[in-house]
Amino acid sequence: MGLFTPDRSQYPAEKVDGSLDIDLSSGKYLKLWQGPQHPGITGNMSVELTVCGDEVVEGKTHVGYLHRGFEKLMERRSFIQCFPIVCRICVPEPDFNEYCYAAVVEELAGLEVPELAHWIRNLILEMGRINSYMMYLGGQAGALGMGVIGQWTTYARDLMLDRFEELTGARIYHMFILPGGVRDRLPEGFAGRMEETLRELEDIMVDVEQTMFRNAVFKRRTVGMGVIDPDWLEPYGITGPNARAAGVPRDVRKDFPYLVYPQLDFEPVTGQDSDIYTRADVRRRDVLLSVDLIRQILARMPRGGEVMTRLPNVLHWKIDPGETYIRGECSRGEYGYYLVTDGSGYPRRVNVRGPSYTHAMALLERMIVNVNIADVAALMVSLHTYPPEIER
Amino acid sequence: MQTNLLDIHARLQALLPVGELQTQRADLAFLDVPPSLLRATLLQLRDREGFTHLVLLTAVDWIEQEQFQLTYLVCNRSARLDLGLRVRIPREPASMESIHELWPTAATYQRELREMFGIDFPGSPRLDEDFILEGWTATPPYRRDFDTLKYAEETYAERPGRVTYDPAAHMQQQLYPGER
Repeated sequence: MGLFTPDRSQYPAEKVDGSLDIDLSSGKYLKLWQGPQHPGITGNMSVELTVCGDEVVEGKTHVGYLHRGFEKLMERRSFIQCFPIVCRICVPEPDFNEYCYAAVVEELAGLEVPELAHWIRNLILEMGRINSYMMYLGGQAGALGMGVIGQWTTYARDLMLDRFEELTGARIYHMFILPGGVRDRLPEGFAGRMEETLRELEDIMVDVEQTMFRNAVFKRRTVGMGVIDPDWLEPYGITGPNARAAGVPRDVRKDFPYLVYPQLDFEPVTGQDSDIYTRADVRRRDVLLSVDLIRQILARMPRGGEVMTRLPNVLHWKIDPGETYIRGECSRGEYGYYLVTDGSGYPRRVNVRGPSYTHAMALLERMIVNVNIADVAALMVSLHTYPPEIER
Repeated sequence: MQTNLLDIHARLQALLPVGELQTQRADLAFLDVPPSLLRATLLQLRDREGFTHLVLLTAVDWIEQEQFQLTYLVCNRSARLDLGLRVRIPREPASMESIHELWPTAATYQRELREMFGIDFPGSPRLDEDFILEGWTATPPYRRDFDTLKYAEETYAERPGRVTYDPAAHMQQQLYPGER
């Protein structure tokens, strides 16, 4: 696996529309589907590979296995009825949907959110980030045959899910951040139990670092592989760890500060080599950054105050015409909500901007060329894509 | 001196007859652009004003006015500014110039808009390939005149014994008892 080779003489000729002129009847090429049921695929999507020998000459991403039409569903629901469904848009990291949806509605409705609610929201987003990275680390190791890492990180994720259950009453879909604030305060003794969880998590991360990142096979198959050229960042809309691993400190938490990030002390984690190994390492260090941020939040958050502002009667809640966009930095990059209102009790249009949209489609299709079939899974996982947010 | 959206808008207006700036926040504004000027405006913003990041491209169906609104949201990272370009096109026939050469990733957005709203982007790669829906022939489902509920009732059978409670009536009882 390597960089996209500008010399295309060994490859099928390009047609006028940019697609490749592949003659399947020549016997030289083979169509191979990776997914939608495949251990080396990230969730509900598939990649249609055209291979020559064991090398990929063309890859096309296919999504649509998980389309639930959320954006359309929300146009028929009142603003408060939309809130419990948005978290289902992204399964492994649902809280960003809740936050972004709440924030766009608050901005257009002119709601002020209490200070304490900002801190609790920030805490939840960082906890969700750790969970999402735990799934990623397990998947990245698993794609290269190291199944045991996934068992450790799943255990670590489960510890954090316990904290989520304690705080929100739910493990996966929390439905905790709603327009106007959050549903409740932290339970008694939460900070102490969270500290225990964080310490255990740090121990697991030491094991992961020593077993995964110092493993000869892992290094051999990831160092120098799947390089994202920094010049591709803008054309392909690359954000998050994929961009930071290319040496570009692009982090919405720092660039467009929201919630209480301006009051927290942190620097975006970056890498230099932009290969699969660096992207994994950036995410591993980002977990440690999130651990640090959770400690800062718990130590500095106000001890009392309201967590929910007073909402109008939510059954007859109308919002004046307007449109806005709110973004946040999720574990994969820039996550955002675009909301248009028309003065009625229903959203006119909600559009979800998930980072996987660009990473899994245009970028993956470009990067997959020249890759050995055995490395496709590792490359795909290294972009950290979640198909549900592509098709919403 | 820090650039702001008003300065950028003034520079744009000196070159192109774009609409008035509608400021939403200090770092976000929307701007009406005629379809024929979209490419020129985007090029100016991308190459001269530093709006190099295409955040999203989506459509809003204003069925009452027989129009689609296409929103091109672009971002200038160093100045920390977002600008949304709003382009109104007729609903029938819905067609717009493709911008996939400016941002390759726009091709994905355009494929989705083609499938979900039935907006044509001539020249955009793989535009007619199925994106999310497979073999869909009915009205593009994200148009306002496509009725999700009616489609579901016609397409899927009701499970016997299933009862549906109206969520609004339940919430009325739970949240505002005694109120109308």
